[in-house]
Amino acid sequence: MSQLVAAGSGVEIDPSDPFANFATQQLDPARPLIASRQLRRRQMASRVIESGQTAAALFAVAVLAFLVYSVASRGASVLSLEFLTKGPPAIEEAGGGGVGPEIVGTATLVAFATLMAMPIGILAALYMTEFASSRSARALRLVLDLLFGVPSIVIALFAFSLLVVGKGYNGFAGAFALSIIMLPLVARTTQETLLLVPQGLRDAAAALGVSRWRALRGVVLPSALGGIITGTVLAVARAAGETAPLLLTNAFIGKTLDFSIFNQSIPNIPVYIYSASTAANPSGWARAWGAAFVLLMFILAVNIAARTIHARSRRKLTR
Amino acid sequence: MSVRLVPPAPRLRAFIARSGKSAGATADRLGDGVLRGLCVFAALLALLALLALAYEVFNGASLAIGHFGPSFLVHTTWAPNFSIFGAGVLLFGTVVTSAMAMLLAVPLGVAIALYLSMVAPTRVRGIVGPMVEMLAAIPSVILGFWGILVLAPFLPKHLEPFLHSVLGFLPIFGPAQTTGASLFTAGLILTIMVLPIVASISRDLFLTVPQEMKDGAIALGSTRWEVVRGVVLPSTASGVVAASFLGLGRALGEAIAVAQVIGGGKAIFASLFNPGDTLASKIAIEASGTINKLQTSSLFYCGAMLLVIGLIVNLAAQVITRRFETHRAAAR
Repeated sequence: MSQLVAAGSGVEIDPSDPFANFATQQLDPARPLIASRQLRRRQMASRVIESGQTAAALFAVAVLAFLVYSVASRGASVLSLEFLTKGPPAIEEAGGGGVGPEIVGTATLVAFATLMAMPIGILAALYMTEFASSRSARALRLVLDLLFGVPSIVIALFAFSLLVVGKGYNGFAGAFALSIIMLPLVARTTQETLLLVPQGLRDAAAALGVSRWRALRGVVLPSALGGIITGTVLAVARAAGETAPLLLTNAFIGKTLDFSIFNQSIPNIPVYIYSASTAANPSGWARAWGAAFVLLMFILAVNIAARTIHARSRRKLTR
Repeated sequence: MSVRLVPPAPRLRAFIARSGKSAGATADRLGDGVLRGLCVFAALLALLALLALAYEVFNGASLAIGHFGPSFLVHTTWAPNFSIFGAGVLLFGTVVTSAMAMLLAVPLGVAIALYLSMVAPTRVRGIVGPMVEMLAAIPSVILGFWGILVLAPFLPKHLEPFLHSVLGFLPIFGPAQTTGASLFTAGLILTIMVLPIVASISRDLFLTVPQEMKDGAIALGSTRWEVVRGVVLPSTASGVVAASFLGLGRALGEAIAVAQVIGGGKAIFASLFNPGDTLASKIAIEASGTINKLQTSSLFYCGAMLLVIGLIVNLAAQVITRRFETHRAAAR
């Protein structure tokens, strides 16, 4: 007891007696906690590694920022109303002209692909969540995941051998290949949203004597609409930038402004950028940067919009 | 006196039968049947798409498979004019660029995922997370265009001489080349493509680690890194492997961006700074200008190899994920 009092009042301690020292140190309530050397080392290691993680995240953000900056700084200067609406210039070296046909062509191809992929994707998702046994639902999910993992160049080869060989390039083959890329995206996002729709809604509809398809049409699908739209819109953004399927089905573009999709190549932005990058002649690069800027802005804007819709609909469903 | 109970079943059945004959109920039953039929049809179409794809690709490759057999994989001559085709150089390029991308992207991606799930404040998380995912949305053709016009001129002037002078004793870091279109550039572009896949999947995985386990480790005196090393990583390791496999699938099959930056080399070099070619980029470059049937078929052979590799890699990722999920469910 006397030692306790002594600790705060400067009583001398015999330095050769470790136990005395220990006792006074332990009982001094005013003494600050000092980390041992080992603990300091561990904390230092943790801090160093955490700053490494932060640096990695900064690196990824910097890469994105630098990419967008590179495209924007070179592409924005080309941008004008004329660039968005006019076709290529009559003489390449004169400069000017625009990517109007390419924008219309990409929109046409993606629209056709969406028309094919969206209904099939939504129905396949409905099959997985509403009709199939858990076993066949799992099997279809695996098929869709594998389809998603097939490289786009292989899908391009498929469309090439199915719809181009013997017929020549045509827009439909490109739209078909794009729809195969979109299908698993639409189906899986729709399925994930449908799984979020509370089972109680379906049960309530059934208890009221509503038939299954009316319940799906009137209750389940409307409450999953946000997720379905998000999935489709993200798939559209993905398809708009896909190059490989179009390179094998819609290359060699003439200077026509004809969009008959079954007969000929449809001009489109990705192949336009690709051919500019393989051309040795830098005169087309400025327009390619402009096209890249238009495409990139479209895709980033769509992604941000889809993210917002997705967050909102998810909140509504999981509330 | 016992009460006589009339079982309601016959009457109810009669009532249902009567009402079942009404027009509305017939329409309902028809609607149910039609919708179910449509859904089954859509599901079968998806399956058919995968099967038809495999059939068409192998059918297209059959000529080359019959002509060259498995030795196609090791022969390094690709000479359309002499009808001699071998995918040795392409396989080498595919393996080297993908391996380089994985070596760079997996550690970086996991580090980003750890930052986003453990270190970053919530507000930063909400901004940086979507930005990393946005990196995956950039079309490969734009990435490749940027790669050949911005990245490729920079590398041989600055990064390649530096790597050669510091790590030049390794044969993979040979003297810098002039153009910058090389396996090295392709590997870097693939790294940018794989990084967001690994990062976003791993982050979602790390966020599923129960808070109690992390709190327990902290209560025992662990630092944050020790929590990661002792709790977070061991319990999600297989998921991270699955994420890496998905990223690998993307790297192996990427055609366009690689075709833009790899330079179309025709031989195998030890140094990464030399041009090369991959299975996918060869198809992208040559498929629209083949000069004979055997060349087309050889390209389909490359496609068939890509398909098989891609399916194996994705299947492996799925199997690992499934096992991970059941393991997780059992642990709860």
